[in-house]
Amino acid sequence: MNLFSFARKPRPPKSAQTAKDRLQILLAHERSGGAKEADYLPMLQRDIVAAIRKYVEIGETDVDVRMERGDQMSSLEINIELPEVKPKSI
Amino acid sequence: MTKDAKGNPPLGRVIVITSGKGGVGKTTSAAAISAGLAKQGFRTVVIDFDVGLRNLDMIMGCERRVVFDFINVIQGDAKLKQALIKDKRLDTLSILPTSQTRDKDALTKEGVEQILTELKTEFDYIVCDSPAGIERGAQMAMYFADEAVVVTNPEVSSVRDSDRVLGLLSSQTRRAETEGAEPIKAQVLLTRHDQTRIDSGEMMTVEDVLEILAVPLLGIIPESKAILKASNVGTPVVLDGPSAAAQAYEDAVARLTGSQIEMRIAGERRPGLFQRLFGRAS
Repeated sequence: MNLFSFARKPRPPKSAQTAKDRLQILLAHERSGGAKEADYLPMLQRDIVAAIRKYVEIGETDVDVRMERGDQMSSLEINIELPEVKPKSI
Repeated sequence: MTKDAKGNPPLGRVIVITSGKGGVGKTTSAAAISAGLAKQGFRTVVIDFDVGLRNLDMIMGCERRVVFDFINVIQGDAKLKQALIKDKRLDTLSILPTSQTRDKDALTKEGVEQILTELKTEFDYIVCDSPAGIERGAQMAMYFADEAVVVTNPEVSSVRDSDRVLGLLSSQTRRAETEGAEPIKAQVLLTRHDQTRIDSGEMMTVEDVLEILAVPLLGIIPESKAILKASNVGTPVVLDGPSAAAQAYEDAVARLTGSQIEMRIAGERRPGLFQRLFGRAS
């Protein structure tokens, strides 16, 4: 937004700006190969499960991958639920 | 039907939000209705069936948190629990987004049934947001439904498409195909209602539409600025402050859960100065 646009037209209402911002973040992700992203997450999760299973017996659903996309960076949150202390049994 | 869902076994009722025609307010209504149900304490999940053109995530404001989707679960790439996104405003509400990249053929009847069966063990209401049209996505969204909300605008093409969809609901669904099963309970939700234009004879009345479609009315949602504002910020309209539209959706939700609420046609009338000054006191 440049300095002069302020003088020429009224500022867009707040919710319209929110809408634009949300779309810009989302579409930036979708255009830059959102398809690939959708494919690597399940594989990443499988690999994490496999890696942990070398040491501890965990179930398929004990690894929880969450993502929060931002405009500057995205964060991947991985929660691994470990069973009771007994390793490699149950 | 109980108000207090906690502790009781889930109702597991499947409601499809459908219309045939696009742009009449299906996703807006699915978001508002599911949030309204969750607000009343019902464990509710809303599923996007519009494979390839997902938008429910945007309307619900969780588009940045989608990791796995409906199709991943159907294809066994993720567990249901991992694909469900918990709403940050209501802990009784979850969203199951669909895939933006896959083909709609990925929706199989067996896959959908399996997921719905699993969801029924945990949720009171399963709201299926249908895509426009009558192709696979729309068919899958309605096939397992117990109830249908047919979103209709008081406009010729919308009413015509609603009639077509009502025909499909009574023939191309599991309840229709199962001998002795009670048919799907279909109700019309009239959206973009504009009393001023009705008064000037420019818009069909509620009675006109109901006379043509011959199904019960679930609610009347007035044309309202609150809808666009809510979608801008990614908040279901019933959670985005008071408005005539929010009130109308809350009424519709109450009717869905079995309450008898008088049908009121809310205009986008704001309380006048007099009412604002003295209305609350009395």
